[in-house]
Amino acid sequence: MASPVNNVREWFAERFPLDDIKALAQKKKVPLHRYSYWYFLGGMTLFLFGVQVLTGALLLMYYRPGADEAFESVQFIMTQVQFGWLIRSVHSWSANLLVFMAFAHLFSVLFLKSYRKPRELTWVSGMLLLFLMLGFGFSGYLLPWNKVSYFATAVGTEIPAQIPIIGHPIMLFLRGGEDITGSTLTRLYGFHVAILPALATLLIGLHLALIQWFGMSVPPGVEQRWQAHPVEKKEIRFFPNFVLRELMAWYVALGLLGALAALFPWSLGVKADPFGSAPAGIKPEWYFLSMFQTLKLIPAKILGMDGEMLGILAFGLIGAAALLLPFLDRERPFNTRRWITGLACVFLGYMAIMTVYGWVAK
Amino acid sequence: MSSAPDTGAAVRSAPANLPRRHFVNILLGTGLLASAASFLYPVLRYLVPPKLPDMGDDAVLAAHISELKPNTATTFRFGARPGLLVETAAGEYRAMSATCTHLGCTVQYRPDLREIWCPCHNGIYDLNGRNISGPPPRPLEAFEVQIRGGDIFVRRKQEA
Repeated sequence: MASPVNNVREWFAERFPLDDIKALAQKKKVPLHRYSYWYFLGGMTLFLFGVQVLTGALLLMYYRPGADEAFESVQFIMTQVQFGWLIRSVHSWSANLLVFMAFAHLFSVLFLKSYRKPRELTWVSGMLLLFLMLGFGFSGYLLPWNKVSYFATAVGTEIPAQIPIIGHPIMLFLRGGEDITGSTLTRLYGFHVAILPALATLLIGLHLALIQWFGMSVPPGVEQRWQAHPVEKKEIRFFPNFVLRELMAWYVALGLLGALAALFPWSLGVKADPFGSAPAGIKPEWYFLSMFQTLKLIPAKILGMDGEMLGILAFGLIGAAALLLPFLDRERPFNTRRWITGLACVFLGYMAIMTVYGWVAK
Repeated sequence: MSSAPDTGAAVRSAPANLPRRHFVNILLGTGLLASAASFLYPVLRYLVPPKLPDMGDDAVLAAHISELKPNTATTFRFGARPGLLVETAAGEYRAMSATCTHLGCTVQYRPDLREIWCPCHNGIYDLNGRNISGPPPRPLEAFEVQIRGGDIFVRRKQEA
């Protein structure tokens, strides 16, 4: 038994509790029921994040942050570097699909009630990850330094500036000055490639460790049925059975990404001109559209208060409520669970309608 | 959702199935390998830096006559690399690549020696760019100088 593989294994076994690690890896089972397909979404989000890390690292090889160079370097990637258009388009497509998957994952977890005790912190870490992903989207949007991204960032950083007292300092922090300049670009670049990835790595590690620790959640309805009829309970091993299925889904997703990038490559637009006018029909990325459209529709004054302010306050409250959702879900003193499902449906409908409305509105 | 994932495809170990399983494995394996290669190929090609635009036949403005005195020199941008323009003590213009053929440092004109000197490893070239002393293995590429009005233009020597 002195094969090299065994030698290496023994070397590690003498130093680390390999059996415990193996037991933890084998512990997880994936329940099988009619909602099992939703278990794929989190893994799919993770896969797309991996695609972002790899393509992002590749883009770093040629990208140059700076008001005089950013646009030209992306243009260089798109036109001169072999397959540069592919790498950038995959990065853009994957970013959009990642945000979509994260939302789909969020709502599936919400409707299947997977955030219940003991998984409250798994939910909180997931919500924080969603906020980070939106931060990635926002900071990455400016990096090509084109006209649309320039004004989208101007508007996006102006929004927190509406908050009294702390608003202006937040804007200065985001912009690196009073205006959108090369300093904003290097700053958002720093967030995009260093600070946010570091935080995301930590949070993803925590999120996955918690999922591994608690195992998969079974929806309440299924759980009750299984308790009443234990014979019906079905599970598969996470490794390798579920992992192989998930890998197949990833493989299809990679093919899809390549196809999307090849058929609909991301355009670069026109270079930003800080002294030019904002182009007509300027819009943020689709995942900010529902907020954007809401702010457009809010009257300037509501009951003597600034409408914009109230809108931003509402977004903040919804975000905070979503972050703390597991702690709002309780049976006593009165049952809030059904309320949460109903409100989430209304919210999802509102987001969908506003996004479409924002998309078609002039 | 009738076809929820089944219970991990129970492996039947009937020997009659083995050749067929073997065949399917080969089919899937080569398919996977081929697609993995098709994913990797663009990435590898992407990492190869594209060729920078070459100067070709284009002439570059190296300096204005008034900027140079006899027995001095200046560097200028030639494509992506520096070039060296020398006005000899006799008032002739000589232009050549400023990249040392030894290890790629940028050379300079030494008015005291009336030669071109590379400070990195003490390589010396004469005013035609020929390597005459020190480690440089080859001469510097000599360029063609053209004077138009008061401007000194430099371009690659045209192949005869």
